[in-house]
Amino acid sequence: MVEKTPILDTLTYILLIVGILIVGFPIIYAVIAATLPIEDVSRVPMPLIPGDQFLVNMKAAWTEGDLGIHLFNSFIMASGITLGKIIVSLFGAFSIVYFDYRLRTVAFVSVFCTLMLPVEVRILPTYEMAANILGPFQGLWNILHLDGLASWIAGHDIEISLEWSLLDSYTGLIMPLVASATCTFLFRQFFLTIPEELCEAAKMDGASAMTFFRKILLPLSKTNIAALVVIEFVYGWNQYLWPLLITTNPKMMTAVIGLQHLIPAADDLPYWNVALAGSLLVMLPPILVVLFMQRWFVKGLVEREK
Amino acid sequence: MIKRSVFSSRLLPYLLILPQIVVTLAFFYWPAIQGLMQSVMRSDPFGQHSTFIWFDNFIALFTDPLYLKSIGITLLFSASVAAVSISLGLFIATMANRALKAKAVVRTMLIWPYAVAPAISGILWLFLLHPSYGVVALGIKRWFGIDWNPVLRGSDAIFMIIMASAWKEISYNFVFFIAGLQAIPKSLIEAAAIDGASPFRRFWAITFPLLSPTLFFVTVMNIIYAFFETFGVVHMMTQGGPGGATNILVYKVYQDGFIGLNLGGSSSQSVVLMTLIIVITLLQFKYVEKKVQYTG
Repeated sequence: MVEKTPILDTLTYILLIVGILIVGFPIIYAVIAATLPIEDVSRVPMPLIPGDQFLVNMKAAWTEGDLGIHLFNSFIMASGITLGKIIVSLFGAFSIVYFDYRLRTVAFVSVFCTLMLPVEVRILPTYEMAANILGPFQGLWNILHLDGLASWIAGHDIEISLEWSLLDSYTGLIMPLVASATCTFLFRQFFLTIPEELCEAAKMDGASAMTFFRKILLPLSKTNIAALVVIEFVYGWNQYLWPLLITTNPKMMTAVIGLQHLIPAADDLPYWNVALAGSLLVMLPPILVVLFMQRWFVKGLVEREK
Repeated sequence: MIKRSVFSSRLLPYLLILPQIVVTLAFFYWPAIQGLMQSVMRSDPFGQHSTFIWFDNFIALFTDPLYLKSIGITLLFSASVAAVSISLGLFIATMANRALKAKAVVRTMLIWPYAVAPAISGILWLFLLHPSYGVVALGIKRWFGIDWNPVLRGSDAIFMIIMASAWKEISYNFVFFIAGLQAIPKSLIEAAAIDGASPFRRFWAITFPLLSPTLFFVTVMNIIYAFFETFGVVHMMTQGGPGGATNILVYKVYQDGFIGLNLGGSSSQSVVLMTLIIVITLLQFKYVEKKVQYTG
């Protein structure tokens, strides 16, 4: 700092430690609770010395909550969303920034209208869409009375119904959440900062558009991609409303949703130790991703603001 | 758009943007149009017939005391979540910015709650605030003499979902504030110190005003978070109860549409939410034209 303020500095560190403890408290407390047997966890107040039941509780949570399959589903969903978003938006941003075509502005505007509109505000119609992804074609078919035409051609009555449901499927869990413009927007902003000379030079050397994309643009975007991997993985893993709606089959549920069955109801024995052990297990993967990729994550998060 | 050197190809740009357009049409535009249409229709419970009824759904919505109550709850809830998480996030970030030696360690120790799902934050706080077993609930009972019971009393239930939602958002705000604080030129602070301004004066007269774009952005993001992403918190902790006391707007859309199967009513609620978020986004673009530059 600018001047020496020993008292204020000490106070700063004390308050900082208090702040960290307050922020960390719910987790620390949950970790302790997850190590205790049920007699201790239901004692008021709960003892703060960790017990030795951690593995027992973990195992109970794993079997009762069916966590194996749920964690797998969450993993598929989170990676699918991450991968899908990044690929779709890399290509989209490349097309918008590095080509000049008639419908470019239309494409740009129509994609960016979707910026910041979360799936939560359009759940019902999106659900209907996912229940039958061919619905729009069916609607078109009905409006044009193509049934009549088909019957006339075939000479007998034909009724055609187009149906393809995405409910209880990985595609259904992933695809609607890929529809977001945030990543495209970020890549566009980033591509615009890349010096024009690079593109000129590549063209002069006879590189095609895709060669330029692969050999120059992708390597330059590495940091941005890494940041988005963290953000989108956490986003995908922590989704709640959409998986809740679209999955009814317990085998397709995601881990965060599945945890609800572990929370003890009012009349049950208070197995909070098991519920918290399960919660710790489910929150671990995104936390690890954030901690190990912290540098890129912070960069990506803050860059969203620009 | 900036004029740049471009590749010339007739088909390639369309192929490249095709996936984005398909996904956007299928899961954004088509549902949005459907939602708009349903919001001005009344359909029978089996979804066979629907009649066009102009704005009756919206009139019904805004004369429904339950919906008006839900709006009030949502405003109170999101304002509290934003206030609690922003003030704590800013406070901790200011402290961390003063602590010269331990910055990296402090950041690591504060960043990870960001990765905790709102629903899981709900479980953690459900335990902490449990009327019979929760340690924080015990503290509230002992020190404040309140008969804490979120299962029965609405105000306690709201307090509970505010705590669970705000806790997770502290680390998000912290990341932005620490980046904003580090971007403030040291020379400004030094000049003020030479002029004899105390650390507190320097904070309020220099740091805080320079931080205001970050503050504005974070406020908008926090309100959006409180409006929509806290669904998991409510679903895990209270399911909108007791007696609708924690029935925030996004939870009501879900309840009316998927549990009450009132398609028209739920769609018009979605349209209201959509309008709201469009207004917030436009405001944000209008007021934050030139942002402070950060490097992380």
